Amino acid sequence: MRRILAILAGLLVIVALWEGYKAVGNPDGTVLFGVRVLPRADDLSMPHVWTVLQRLGRPELTGGRPVWIVVLQACLFTLGITAAGFLAGAAVGLLLAVAMQRFRLVERGLLPYVILSQTVPLVALAPLVAGWGGTIMPPWATVAVIASYLAFFPVAVGMLRGLQSPAASGVELMRSYAAGWWRTLVKLRLPASLPYLFPALRLAGAAAVVGAVVGEISTGTRGGIGRLIIEYSREATSDPAKVYTAMLGAALLGLVVAGAVSLFELPLMRHRRHVEVVTL
Amino acid sequence: MKIFRTFTVFTALLLAACGTADQAKTTPAASGSLTPIKLQLQWFFQSQFAGYIAAVDQGFYQEQGLDVQLLEGGVDIVPQTVLAQGKADYAVAWVPKALASREQGAGITDVGQIFARSGTYQVAWKSSGITTPAQFKGKKIGNWGFGNEFELFAGMTKAGLDPGKDVTLVQQQFDMQALLKHEIDAAQAMAYNEYAQLLEAKNPATGKLYTADDFSIIDWKQNGSAMLQDAVWANTDKLKDPAYQAQTVKFLVGTIKGWAYCRDNPEKCRDLVVAKGSKLGKSHQLWQMNEVNKLIWPSTAGIGVIDDAAWKQTVDISMTTKNQTGDTVLKKAPDADAYTNTYINQALTQAKAAGVDVNGASFQPEKVTLEAGGA
Repeated sequence: MRRILAILAGLLVIVALWEGYKAVGNPDGTVLFGVRVLPRADDLSMPHVWTVLQRLGRPELTGGRPVWIVVLQACLFTLGITAAGFLAGAAVGLLLAVAMQRFRLVERGLLPYVILSQTVPLVALAPLVAGWGGTIMPPWATVAVIASYLAFFPVAVGMLRGLQSPAASGVELMRSYAAGWWRTLVKLRLPASLPYLFPALRLAGAAAVVGAVVGEISTGTRGGIGRLIIEYSREATSDPAKVYTAMLGAALLGLVVAGAVSLFELPLMRHRRHVEVVTL
Repeated sequence: MKIFRTFTVFTALLLAACGTADQAKTTPAASGSLTPIKLQLQWFFQSQFAGYIAAVDQGFYQEQGLDVQLLEGGVDIVPQTVLAQGKADYAVAWVPKALASREQGAGITDVGQIFARSGTYQVAWKSSGITTPAQFKGKKIGNWGFGNEFELFAGMTKAGLDPGKDVTLVQQQFDMQALLKHEIDAAQAMAYNEYAQLLEAKNPATGKLYTADDFSIIDWKQNGSAMLQDAVWANTDKLKDPAYQAQTVKFLVGTIKGWAYCRDNPEKCRDLVVAKGSKLGKSHQLWQMNEVNKLIWPSTAGIGVIDDAAWKQTVDISMTTKNQTGDTVLKKAPDADAYTNTYINQALTQAKAAGVDVNGASFQPEKVTLEAGGA
């Protein structure tokens, strides 16, 4: 209950900041030495919160469905892509981490490239991946590939750190039990890696959302929230509130994914405590 | 012109010779075995591509034995690259940009110049008194960059300005907010899209929509710095294959019929585009349809025929006009494979034989009233 209240209070603060700035800010923005330091506060740049909410209720086009349904549907579509990208990315990240932990050589050879992979700009990668759509996979799957490309990284790096985290005494104990690599992994390294895994998964969740939205924008994949943002932003000239409805949708999507990822922790957290007792 | 006429006569003879064979081929094709074709568009479905959408919907491609799939564009999708990589059979692209890709190695050929005229404007507030490019001096001029800016730069250069020094260049977004907020003095706008967005916006002072009287338009067509835009591009290497040649002609016949249909039925085509899931409103799409028709019709030589003079002007500007970073679109003149009227002329002859008006001499644009937000 207190948590919900805190979330609501946070929301109110954001609304108050937005409207407060609109009330006191210069409608033409504040320009210092030719550089705009504060944004414009006029209705075209920053529509009132209630205008945006009203826009959600009105039809997207004359006689069409209300905007909130369109935005929600787009969110669901992108949620699907994000989930697919997240799961694929997390799986790849886990496998890479295990491989890197198992073979020192793989870690030395692969880790620099794993890090390098994230410096490839998405705009260069997206058209390449987009070309697979329609031939070897449906167009939405190409966006999921882009999402997984961003999502695998934190998992691979975080998980590797986690797998390497058990103290030498723990590893030696396992060895004294004549436990093989697999048994050590399952009984010692995996449980010990969980505290490293969860933050990594949260990062991966956020990265998957960004990947999915940017991937949609980049490839023009129809149906998702990224596409909706770009479509609505074209109408910003005459209907500025509409863009913000799509952005609200994207924010909601991010929250839902973050929430879903933290749900993963619930069953595993119990496990972790249990493990701690054993290793102690 | 003489060469052109000989071509027409030649192709007419050729077509007459294989006319019966053609008919024999199309009949079984229509009954099931259609050739799948992919056409890469530059952007999302909108009236700019209505002719292709109509040709699919009205079965004009099917008549030709083609099953055409339209691929929507996106922010990072470059149609001519998709075509050159073989991921599409044909692509719609602006001539200067496609020629730039060509210079970098993309093997593509302009086989049909659907838009004979440029739709690029520079729009200023009427109250600013700006009516000619020469008056841009000392003003803030919005431009889109990414190769969309060369008509503007050529126009300014022609008016005796140095675009790098005499004006302040401002990178413009997709929308026209910068002009509405007076952040810039003149904004780049397509007649069929961004200009309409201005007329769909509410003037906070009056509570009514802005009207054409609020703005002044600098139309590059009237300033001699227009460049050719939407054209159908084919794969140069594949054009050596007689089967692809025949398919190109068939594709162009369907395309011609589609655009002629949209000239005669703009409302119907507007509905087709809206049904394709465009997020832009109905009045906006009708406006766009009407403006796009103006870029095609009337067409004295027939829709799609590449006019030598317009091509030359496009190439000249591409080679001589420098943008703010000192780059030109092209470093050297494109080779002879860059465009050909061979296939469009064959297609025109076939379309004419089928009773299609390919010139639209009597075309009259409509008067479209834009609603708030384009709804």
